[in-house]
Amino acid sequence: MDITRRRLLVLLPAAAVAWKYIQAGTPEAAPNYKIVEHWWGMLIDIPKCIGCGSCVRACSEENDVPDGYFRTWIERYHVPDWKIERPEVESPDGGKQGFPPNEISDGKNFFVPKLCNHCQDSPCTQVCPVGATFVSPDGVVLVDKSYCLGCRYCVQACPYGCRFINPKTNTAEKCSLCYHRITKGLTTACCEVCPTGARQLADLKNPKDPIHEFLKTHTVQVLKPHMATGAKVFYNGMDGSVR
Amino acid sequence: MFKDTEHLIRLAVVIVILLAVFVLLRAAVVPKSFGQYGHYRGNAITEVAARTPAFAGHEVCEGCHTDVVDQKKLGRHANVPCEACHGAQGKHADDPASLKPQTPDTAVICARCHEANSAKPKGFPQVASADHSSGLACNTCHKPHQPKIEDEPKSTPAGGKK
Repeated sequence: MDITRRRLLVLLPAAAVAWKYIQAGTPEAAPNYKIVEHWWGMLIDIPKCIGCGSCVRACSEENDVPDGYFRTWIERYHVPDWKIERPEVESPDGGKQGFPPNEISDGKNFFVPKLCNHCQDSPCTQVCPVGATFVSPDGVVLVDKSYCLGCRYCVQACPYGCRFINPKTNTAEKCSLCYHRITKGLTTACCEVCPTGARQLADLKNPKDPIHEFLKTHTVQVLKPHMATGAKVFYNGMDGSVR
Repeated sequence: MFKDTEHLIRLAVVIVILLAVFVLLRAAVVPKSFGQYGHYRGNAITEVAARTPAFAGHEVCEGCHTDVVDQKKLGRHANVPCEACHGAQGKHADDPASLKPQTPDTAVICARCHEANSAKPKGFPQVASADHSSGLACNTCHKPHQPKIEDEPKSTPAGGKK
């Protein structure tokens, strides 16, 4: 087949379009996921939490979290009757195996599950000197393992204590809000296994998400609001003593 | 003109060469996706998203195990997701024949939720397992998928039950 001048004129733009696709590389792992259409957060309903530790175990398994380190954990609060500003907080092994029975009759006792708050104005991403951690366009604070130097600035900067250095990789690690699951249309591992529905993944950009109705009709707080981090993990029924 | 123009030209050439080296090195070293969304590697997002989930999700389980769904619907465990007790079953969901999940030990797994603890919500059913069943596995009497015992046998000790 001879390439005539006319044929070349047709072929050249086609080749240009093909070349553009080659340069763009392979399609993303989650082809139907549109990153700008989501804004992720979580809702934690404290009166529903029974401290069973399912979320902590599921998180460890889903994300290969090393023993003794936690991307999510549960705290048991005991607020004595006359010292509400000094609660006693414990979290044996992050609450992974549940909590031993306690025979406390006075004050208030309750569980508080904790995880990365996926702050909109996150202190941890602001201190990273190499651009290894960032707030993704859909509002999840992630770590780029191949860029992280392990300098620990972010570990210190997080006001919620949500980060640690993975002893195997020596890089910063934290809750990724199960990014590999939520981009595939699943919920996070912790929300998936929660037997009482105390944890619920929330997409704040999705108008059909039940979170909007919940936020309208309940008194909801975030942790450390005075730090103006723009935290997106909302706590329902949280006692004022929770830090 | 200056007397030593040649020196300045040499200096300019050196600066241009250094600049060119810098630009070329930067282009070679900085990944293409850096700056795609912000001051980080855009491809890092894709890499984090590429992992395989370990938990299948209860919708997947319910696709096959319809008998259990029907049974669960009738009891108070209706909204307890499968993998809360059975553990991560992503591999089983991918290849149901080769990887058969093990039945969980009810003496351990039930107590995690139902062992009495003052921090648990007041309305949540709790027992002190030592008094309640003296160490017997819970599924001796209760069916985990539909835990309420319809005709309670007289031998069940009532102690610790709330």
